[in-house]
Amino acid sequence: MIELVNINKYYNPGLITETCVFDNFSLKIKDKQFVSVVGSNGSGKTTMLNIICGSIPIDSGKIIIDGQDITNKKEFTRMKNIGRVYQNPALGTSPHLNIIENLAIAENKNKSFNLSKLYSKSDEERYKELLKGLNLGLEDRCDIPMKSLSGGQKQAVALLMATMTDIDFLILDEHTAALDPKTADIIMELTDRIIKQKNLTSIMVTHNLRYAVEYGNRLIMMHEGKTVIDKEGSEKENIKVDEVLKKFTEISIECGN
Amino acid sequence: MDFFGILVGILIEGLIYSIVSFGVYITYKILDFPDMTVDGSFPLGMSITATLTLMGFSPIYTLLISFILGIIAGILTGIIHVKLKVGDLLSGIIMMIALYSINLRIAGRPNLPFFNKDTLFRNDLFISIFGPNNRPITTIVVLLVIVIIVKILLDLFLSTKRGYLLRTVGDNETLITQLAIDKGNIKIMGLAIANGIVAFAGSIYAHDRSFFEISAGTGTLVIAVSNVIIGMQIMNKFHNIKPTTAVIIGSLLYRAVISIAISIGLEARDLKLITAILLLIILILNKFKSTSKVVKR
Repeated sequence: MIELVNINKYYNPGLITETCVFDNFSLKIKDKQFVSVVGSNGSGKTTMLNIICGSIPIDSGKIIIDGQDITNKKEFTRMKNIGRVYQNPALGTSPHLNIIENLAIAENKNKSFNLSKLYSKSDEERYKELLKGLNLGLEDRCDIPMKSLSGGQKQAVALLMATMTDIDFLILDEHTAALDPKTADIIMELTDRIIKQKNLTSIMVTHNLRYAVEYGNRLIMMHEGKTVIDKEGSEKENIKVDEVLKKFTEISIECGN
Repeated sequence: MDFFGILVGILIEGLIYSIVSFGVYITYKILDFPDMTVDGSFPLGMSITATLTLMGFSPIYTLLISFILGIIAGILTGIIHVKLKVGDLLSGIIMMIALYSINLRIAGRPNLPFFNKDTLFRNDLFISIFGPNNRPITTIVVLLVIVIIVKILLDLFLSTKRGYLLRTVGDNETLITQLAIDKGNIKIMGLAIANGIVAFAGSIYAHDRSFFEISAGTGTLVIAVSNVIIGMQIMNKFHNIKPTTAVIIGSLLYRAVISIAISIGLEARDLKLITAILLLIILILNKFKSTSKVVKR
């Protein structure tokens, strides 16, 4: 379970550009929940993910994961049981290494990075099987550097890499936003499959209302650092895109967008 | 100078600087860190080697201790950059300037010759193998063996799990954090290994010259970066060669160009100017090449 308790977060405190992102913000995400988070730009979606992962500090409040207070833990220690996929497909992989090398370093997460060989011949075969499952033809392009692949292919590999080890939480930061609609659909389906297969607790920030409604078992809409829609279970199943869009338009008009 | 003399000079300097360039390949190319520390860690290897040799230490010890001191210098630069959050270029400059005084302290004076002592290249063992009057051949053979050993060790390291971490941190820092690893520590490790290798090369240089000279470090980074860039260009042309091999070829080519410049009339005192202009030309050509590629597409 992820708990955010009374989070306060200001950008540029004390300056004329001071902005309050969160004022006493609290949120609980239960185990095995797949939460879609929507909201306009500046509503605090990505800031929330950054706070959970420890990429940015908070001014006050607590972050609790599985009952353990991790507020003061560094980002890299939190990542032990968190996987994260970014909007920018290049952030999830090492561009100069090939696909196999990328998968091999990802699989070694939480193990010792010692002076032994990175991967064996049998590992390589296993990775190729894994790539076959993506149906992107990547298994035949294993030895070319990651940077030569397309955005969608990179994101598919990044998703595989983020979920290769035994993680409990998956953080998806607009991970389909930089892809064309068809590729985005493929990546979204793959995401859903992996989350179900591995029983992950997931938070997905997205601007695609259809994905937010279609996937996951909880939907949150954020606005000015607060949740304005929060539906789970059967309520979430019955929610329609139109309903979400209506609320979205309402709050957008309110702040003059 | 005769042709043979020029060739010997190119080989000896080129081989020594290819070891320096292995270190700079790690920082400049892998970590994307312009590490000025090397201008201090190269003479660090020289000063400690001159001092220890005069105290009677055997060459093996001077190489080992230079390597260790270089590692310490690299760790300190890393701490200044990673933990104290000073910019990469400035961290190296701070360490470089500190090492200037430290090197003077170690040697006790700005230059320290040890002409009458046994060195790595001039000792009973090698005289018995190569004969007493074959100094250039001895030096080249010994250097070649050392360069090949360092190259193989570096290649092996870069293919280990830890080596891959080093390669990834320069490529994509975010991914290292994703792997639940402190990216700062990996950077410090890279700087440590790089400066260890450079100080080791400084020790070898001191053995070849039989002296320490405080200004010998000036321009180390500029020369090594030139070597690395030339090497990478070669690697782009011939895809099957390893980066370390390319760095060796780059170092030898660079030294050849410098030697030709001197043999057609430029003086030794113009050396740093030639070095600077040469790097500028290499950088401009590099830029020109990469932009013309984009235009073609």
